[in-house]
Amino acid sequence: MSLAKRIIPCLDVDNGRVVKGVKFVDIRDAGDPVEIARRYDREGADELTFLDITATHDNRNTMVHVVEQVASQVFIPLTVGGGIRTLDDIRRMLNAGADKVGINSAAVFNPEFVREAAQRFGSQCIVVAIDAKKTSAVGEPDRWEIFTHGGRKGTGINAIEWAIKMVDYGAGEILLTSMDRDGTREGFDLPLTRAISSAVTVPVIASGGVGNLDHLAEGVLEGKADAVLAASIFHFGEYTIEQAKQQMRSRGIEVRLA
Amino acid sequence: MSSVAVIDYGMGNLHSIAKALHVVAPETDVHVVSDAASILAADRVVFPGVGAIRDCMQALEHTGLSEVIKIVAQTKPFLGICLGMQALLTDHEENGGTAALNILPGHVVHFAKSLADSNGNPLKIPHMGWNQVHYKVHPLWENIPQDSRFYFVHSYFAKPNDPTMVAASTQYPDDFACALSQDNVFAVQFHPEKSQAVGLQLLKNFLHWNGQA
Repeated sequence: MSLAKRIIPCLDVDNGRVVKGVKFVDIRDAGDPVEIARRYDREGADELTFLDITATHDNRNTMVHVVEQVASQVFIPLTVGGGIRTLDDIRRMLNAGADKVGINSAAVFNPEFVREAAQRFGSQCIVVAIDAKKTSAVGEPDRWEIFTHGGRKGTGINAIEWAIKMVDYGAGEILLTSMDRDGTREGFDLPLTRAISSAVTVPVIASGGVGNLDHLAEGVLEGKADAVLAASIFHFGEYTIEQAKQQMRSRGIEVRLA
Repeated sequence: MSSVAVIDYGMGNLHSIAKALHVVAPETDVHVVSDAASILAADRVVFPGVGAIRDCMQALEHTGLSEVIKIVAQTKPFLGICLGMQALLTDHEENGGTAALNILPGHVVHFAKSLADSNGNPLKIPHMGWNQVHYKVHPLWENIPQDSRFYFVHSYFAKPNDPTMVAASTQYPDDFACALSQDNVFAVQFHPEKSQAVGLQLLKNFLHWNGQA
């Protein structure tokens, strides 16, 4: 008996529709968020993450509506990220039925925002999303840096030190995306995942690069992730969540089976 | 028509719990309320909550709901969830020690630092995700398979003075009380409103419960 490792499908949402970016460009339409959320719930998804990828002011209302609709029909934890910049953004999403919010750029620009958010709403609902890219040269010890703007802008901040700082400021969970692997289908950056997961006391969700079911198991077994997040392998019907769980279980990982 | 009051005292999202109650029992009147009269008038009461205990207790004192909760916890089927469970104990370690409602005598304590699982991997805090619930027979577990997984997210857990109050336990890595029961009061550390089918079943059982173990 122990805590199950989680599988979290991620739905990228643009103006109320689910899409999936490959390296954040070249987007394909994969459908209606409520429909997809219900399908994942039936298949045994442990949580759902919605990433609002447009996050213009008008579309924020659309996202609130999407969260309300999903939360009325799907009774598993929901995380919403993308464009969360103020305490009011967080309050609106939580009131709409989200359980957690993902904070990314706003944490980089103003780390105190994470502290204020955790104090106001509790660490349990504050997920700090970290986009990291390897910046060490071949032969040097591994080093990863925080990037913003969908991986285009470096910040000079060391990813491991940043993760530790964010937990100290009140993050209850870390969503770690490798910008080198995102959209490549080559698997997680396992050394990065392991380095961050070993450095912090809170759960770490591995993200970026999943192309097959073995990658999910590797994220847990070698990356020491507490949860694994994937989008495209589920959206286009290549694999079901249930197949993913059976595969993880066959590798000796404890999962929740319906 | 029977009615259930979900107590709104500004501590967290009540949308999900209200929706879940409505889904499992469309014939029940679900009210999300913050006034004493509505809570006292309902047939059943749900006391949810997330966040920090000091904010929770301040909100309860500020609104005068502490006394109302103490009354309904003696008189009608009552379900505490997450922080709404922890607030029922006597005191809580968070925020340098905080006095709570003392409806269920006992303490709320933090998970020990540097815990490890059986493979030697460090256990993360908060305890977050789906873990197994091993229960003792009680009407609220009806039609729920033994050792089902429910969704947890918490860093503190309840230690009741009276071990017979423990209605279910979970391992992380040691056993802790994830559900407590005393007469008409039932309390769970996990989130039934986020625990899919088994969670909805527990809420349904609560709405049919007469308040007797």
